[in-house]
Amino acid sequence: MRDNGKPRTLFEKVWNAHTVREQNDDTPAVLYIDLHLVHEVTSPQAFSMLRERSLAVRRPDQTIGTMDHSTPTTPRNKLGIIPVADAMAAKQLDVFSKNCEDFGIPMYALGDEHQGIVHVIGPEKGLTQPGMTIVCGDSHTSTHGAFGALAFGIGTSEVGHVLATQTLLQNKPQTMAVNVEGRLSDGVTAKDIILAIIAKIGIGGGTGYVFEYRGEAIRSLSMEGRMTVCNMSIEGGARAGMVAPDDTTFEYIQGRKHAPSGVDWDAAVARWRDLPTDDGAEFDQEITIRADELTPMITYGTNPGMGMPVTAAVPKPEDETDVNKKIALDKALTYMDLAPGQQLLGKAIDVVFIGSCTNSRISDLRLAADFVKGRKVADKVRMMVVPGSQQVKQQAESEGLDEVFRQAGAEWREAGCSMCIAMNGDQLQPGQYAVSTSNRNFEGRQGKGGRTFLASPLTAAASAIAGVVTDPRTMMSAQ
Amino acid sequence: MEKLSHIQGSIVSIPVNDIDTDQIIPARFLKVTDKAGLGKAAFCDWRYLEDGETPNPEFILNNPDYNGASVLVAGDNFGCGSSREHAPWALLGAGFQAVVSTDFADIFRNNALKNGLLPVVVDADTQQQLFSLADEDPSTTVSVDVEAQTLTLPDGRAVRFPLDGFSKYCLLNGVDQLGYLLALDEEVQAFEARNRQRVVTTA
Repeated sequence: MRDNGKPRTLFEKVWNAHTVREQNDDTPAVLYIDLHLVHEVTSPQAFSMLRERSLAVRRPDQTIGTMDHSTPTTPRNKLGIIPVADAMAAKQLDVFSKNCEDFGIPMYALGDEHQGIVHVIGPEKGLTQPGMTIVCGDSHTSTHGAFGALAFGIGTSEVGHVLATQTLLQNKPQTMAVNVEGRLSDGVTAKDIILAIIAKIGIGGGTGYVFEYRGEAIRSLSMEGRMTVCNMSIEGGARAGMVAPDDTTFEYIQGRKHAPSGVDWDAAVARWRDLPTDDGAEFDQEITIRADELTPMITYGTNPGMGMPVTAAVPKPEDETDVNKKIALDKALTYMDLAPGQQLLGKAIDVVFIGSCTNSRISDLRLAADFVKGRKVADKVRMMVVPGSQQVKQQAESEGLDEVFRQAGAEWREAGCSMCIAMNGDQLQPGQYAVSTSNRNFEGRQGKGGRTFLASPLTAAASAIAGVVTDPRTMMSAQ
Repeated sequence: MEKLSHIQGSIVSIPVNDIDTDQIIPARFLKVTDKAGLGKAAFCDWRYLEDGETPNPEFILNNPDYNGASVLVAGDNFGCGSSREHAPWALLGAGFQAVVSTDFADIFRNNALKNGLLPVVVDADTQQQLFSLADEDPSTTVSVDVEAQTLTLPDGRAVRFPLDGFSKYCLLNGVDQLGYLLALDEEVQAFEARNRQRVVTTA
């Protein structure tokens, strides 16, 4: 699929195929959007704008809604209903239902067997496919790039633009190749790859770029692992991250509800095979990390770039030469109540959260369940396991994972964003420490005053059992 | 959107790098269904003590000397994190018309411009100078000329900042981008006729 013989990147192919109007000196490009995912939190003001201007949703058949952010994950009542105790959340959910109904948008409501986190259900339903443009009023829309789609988060005004016109005004971003060479060692996961990348480039390092993750370690990942990596692209500042589609991708998609079938499937796969970056295509920037040198990672500070190997010591502000970074590190360690040079291994924790659009898929739950099977969560630790969707929940229950978690002393919850964003009552108390498989450790992110260590499901599960921050590899050898 | 051509106002600084949108407005305030009243929630967890009501006397926005400041000067990489447009809504609600930093996260910048909150990118020296000026004299005012794309300091020095032509047009004329996109309907229809629909969510 070379254009006039000039080799092109995956990003350029998808971008060019969706340009309704080219970018020029006066206006950004107009980009066509194939799939728009909407949820209750970032859409109400966009629907209000449509109403004010008497506009319709242009393509409800390319739009889908789900409830996830403000929904409770507490158990169902005797009627099988998940009660919403928070009046504001209840109103927001009602408004969302009405908006979707009035504008003809299919929507999975709280408790529906297909409801779940927006970035879990898109791939799960086969809606996320290679070569598409996908947007959502949520910065973790980058997740869908794992399929070779161009997927990025937008604000509520832009949600309105896409609802009304199915297009967006966009300035063309630059491209960065992120090469992850070599193979991962045991106990090291996709989450550790992305935490290591962000620690290397910093949280603003990818601003203005779209990442393409490449290299043997990426090719070797499952689709769920690739989603974990792409999910956190935004934590490195990049609005989108992409992985070239391959047989792993096609195998994942085939047979899902919205996947092409029959002759359409063969034609789709033939098109998708043209998407990977051509040999000789140029990126604006390139970085490389070695997967075989990676160890389990953990964050110690208040942004996802403040990460290190779990065995390392917290950095010292005095060693930081950049004055702004020194101030930031000081501030972070004060908030986290950690001492410069302190080891995190052995640090007592209060909560372990397994969930979020980063790490709540079935393979994440299997990893964690394998680890806690036959063991007990430490006495003072609360371990919450929140499946990413009702489908993930059902799958896990059919495999008996819910029982494994319950017997270990963990809570098995309903699907949703939960303690990742702490909008729904699932939250840390001031001063508590959590090892969390989510994506952000910002101050107060998991509850006002709460302190977050981001890590993989393996590191989180090991820490839950030990009651302290733990290198999962030390418990794997004992198994 | 209101027209925005000039800003003349006093500055207040939060010299912290990587101020994320969870700090600008914590997620618990996102359960609203409109844009009103979010100014009270701006920087809520820095602005109030643990009870969530008592102003934190240490926090600069609670210092009466800085009341009425309309230009916020911040550390590098302002607005990183979530895509919530509630962040610019909260800043506007708190009385800000412009934010000055060395760089902005992409989604925040887009969201800000769509609401008439001006992101002003300056070099690190100018940023430091503004931090010092705000510190030394709370009555320090700056002026911003959107047409000329300049921020003028009290000493008369004018610093040029980048602004894409389309956003500038929208700010100066008080128009939003949706009108432009709606006018392209024929082109969009032609695009749809040329290209296969990828997925049908209603199927």
